Amino acid sequence: MIRLEKRPQSSHTWSMATPLVAVLATMIFGGALFGILGTNPLTAIRTIFFEPLFGEFAFYYRPQLLVKGAPLVLIAIGLSLGFRAGIWNIGAEGQYIIGALVGAGIALAFYPLDAWFVFPLMIIGGAAGGMAWAMIPALLKVRFGTNEILVSLMLVYVAEQFLASMALGLMKNPEGFGFPGSRNLQEYESAHNAELITGTGMHLGVVFALIAVIFAYVLLNRHMLGFQIRLTGDAPRAARFAGVKPARLILFCLGASGALAGLAGLFEVSGPAGQVNIDFNVGYGFTAIIVAFLGRLHPVGILLAGGLMALTYIGGEIAQGQLGLPSAAIQVFQGMLLFFLLALDLLTNYRFRLTRGEVA
Amino acid sequence: MSDILLSIQGLTKAYPGVVANDTVSFDIGVGEVHALLGENGAGKSTLVKMIYGLVKPDSGQMLLRGQPFAPPEPRAARADGIAMVFQHFSLFDALSVAENIALGMEDPPPMRDLSRRIREVSETYGLPLDPYRTVGDLSAGERQRVEIIRCLLQYPRLLIMDEPTSVLTPQEVDILFQTLQKLQSEGTSILYISHKLEEIRKLCDTATILRLGQNVGTCVPAETTARDMAEMMVGTSLQTPERSGRALGDVALDISGLSVPSPSAFGTSLKKVHLTVRKGEILGIGGVAGNGQDELLGVLSGEISTPSDAVMLAGAPVGRLGPTARRKLGLLAAPEERLGHAAAPDMSLTENALLTGAVREKLENRGFLRWGAAQGFAERIIEAFDVRTPGPANAARSLSGGNLQKFVIGREVLQDPEVLVVNQPTWGVDAAAAAAIRQALLDLAAKGAAVICISQDLDELMEISDSFAALNEGRLSAHKDTAGLTVDEIGLMMGGAHGMEVAHV
Repeated sequence: MIRLEKRPQSSHTWSMATPLVAVLATMIFGGALFGILGTNPLTAIRTIFFEPLFGEFAFYYRPQLLVKGAPLVLIAIGLSLGFRAGIWNIGAEGQYIIGALVGAGIALAFYPLDAWFVFPLMIIGGAAGGMAWAMIPALLKVRFGTNEILVSLMLVYVAEQFLASMALGLMKNPEGFGFPGSRNLQEYESAHNAELITGTGMHLGVVFALIAVIFAYVLLNRHMLGFQIRLTGDAPRAARFAGVKPARLILFCLGASGALAGLAGLFEVSGPAGQVNIDFNVGYGFTAIIVAFLGRLHPVGILLAGGLMALTYIGGEIAQGQLGLPSAAIQVFQGMLLFFLLALDLLTNYRFRLTRGEVA
Repeated sequence: MSDILLSIQGLTKAYPGVVANDTVSFDIGVGEVHALLGENGAGKSTLVKMIYGLVKPDSGQMLLRGQPFAPPEPRAARADGIAMVFQHFSLFDALSVAENIALGMEDPPPMRDLSRRIREVSETYGLPLDPYRTVGDLSAGERQRVEIIRCLLQYPRLLIMDEPTSVLTPQEVDILFQTLQKLQSEGTSILYISHKLEEIRKLCDTATILRLGQNVGTCVPAETTARDMAEMMVGTSLQTPERSGRALGDVALDISGLSVPSPSAFGTSLKKVHLTVRKGEILGIGGVAGNGQDELLGVLSGEISTPSDAVMLAGAPVGRLGPTARRKLGLLAAPEERLGHAAAPDMSLTENALLTGAVREKLENRGFLRWGAAQGFAERIIEAFDVRTPGPANAARSLSGGNLQKFVIGREVLQDPEVLVVNQPTWGVDAAAAAAIRQALLDLAAKGAAVICISQDLDELMEISDSFAALNEGRLSAHKDTAGLTVDEIGLMMGGAHGMEVAHV
């Protein structure tokens, strides 16, 4: 009989190894899936994982990695703080949308003023917008004990409706020939989140993502607040005993993750996306949840996981284009990654044991 | 008593890394009350689990009335007349007594017949119990009676009892003993597991002492001193904590007329609690668990907020202050629940040292953590309190209960508290470690700190405390000097025997 046995200490080796094993298992089972769909598994895996980095058109895809990875990392870092403490913000997508709307709103309000302060104001606005949206579930939880998972998730759909309303109404481009969507911020220099070095994909959002990684690392490992976050996640009662005020922690974690998601939205709308439109959001807020767990809620892990997710995104698009794989297959592939990671996670704290049949 | 009911011959059971039982042999006679003595981890539980069919021995054999006996599962053991009352009850709060008992039966009779049988058995053995009462409303002693009656309904030939008195008041213990003696006179054998030596001397005919999985001796408890038995258990000579005469100083902590509702639905609210402890004094607070101990600790540690002047620390109101602010003022606490409350299971000992030590040991600097200092503090605790662990980087959950308890108490003691509150400081801790913890509390008081020791272990409270009060249903009795206090008085302070005194055999 195979039995699971709790390890006295969580295994360091396994906690490092599980992401790699999970990626490997995803390659094997995803490859099998692609095989069943009639594509050569090896070609498919090669296309997804190697084409974007070393393929013929890598010069185009490599910058895309940064463009896609940065918002994922930025959002996932914020989410990981709350997840560590057992505070579940599932609504980063909504905070991302609201951040983008507030930022873009500021830009459109100043249009066509050419001034240095427009973009900094937009950054502050983006962060504040995302934070305010996250404060709704936070305050409801602190005041009335509501479940932040449900409230934050529901607010995503509210934000999406809000986005549609803005794209079709208040923020619609007056010179847009009646098409939905705002003015293109890429054409408004004071508000454009341009590449810092042309052709690299490196925009200010990438810089902010890196800063967030460092900031989160220092917070979690060197600061009392980070210690309290980890303590609350491990033993909530011990945290209260240590003097942690749960309400303050909830406000901080949801606020910080909302602000970072808002920032990601702002950098996206003023840069790669360029305009507020009905389908401006593409699910970064949800994918970031996967990234956060794939990175084991560790800042450096999240950085690597963000890169990996961006890779499967871009690789997946290439595979769709070149190999004709359905997009659903790519999504299943990405889902497998999370599934294997969470399943294998068990091995960090448990080990398998073969036992003779014995009634326990 | 010359007949042998159960003969245990060379039982061995090894788990990875530890031999729980190493060729243990002894006999239990018919109608004998046989004590199984040993420290935590000595192998008592493994041994009775083998008898009860929960664990299979690696080697050795058992003979029941001369016949080979190897129960593959508890059901088989029960069929052969072996019953067990576990230390932790497995009862459903929402069901009635009779329903709970029916759940444990192979083939329960109709409820009315069962209730009648429960009444019969409970009257025969002096264990009054209404079959229709809801278990959630019963006291710990009454719950134990449910478990005992559940066993007696099977007419067992051997009744195994695992630390049955740890949840009882002295009067309830007396009644339990009368029941056991009646059973014994009817020829039922009893295997009685305990580490309370005085009880064993009163009740048991024979005692087998286990140490590190081995049978280190058999004795007749009535003819052996408690000290000798304790030394056989520990394997070394024991050091009795020393108490020196102390002069009591000013009032260190004062609670007057405090009523607080419990934060938990199943908790006990505190009702008009008065409490005063002076510098250099150890105040022992006795009482059966679940009578407001957790709430009292929460009120003192700052986890439960109260009106500001309800809790006065050296004359200053602290009722509204949280745990961190109270620590700054010198009011420290060590809760009962080691894993999850006093310590975070998955965090290292260094991190756990930081958990309460941050303020007084200056382990943080403007919010930034001084890991070096925290590790140093953890190492000092490990060193001073002889915590057995490879080092401060190990997770709290990897420590044994006693070692973690030493760490938790040591962490607070080393911070030089003005007032220290401990809840069950030696619960589940082996005798040597318990002695060390008690000595540390006495030393702390000798240095002029006030200590409040909440405990269910009356011997412990008698040994170390200067004054005694009891918690009963959230009410705290008046304080009395420990010197000259009799067991009967203590029992009455603890709220009597929950209505059990009516039952005499």
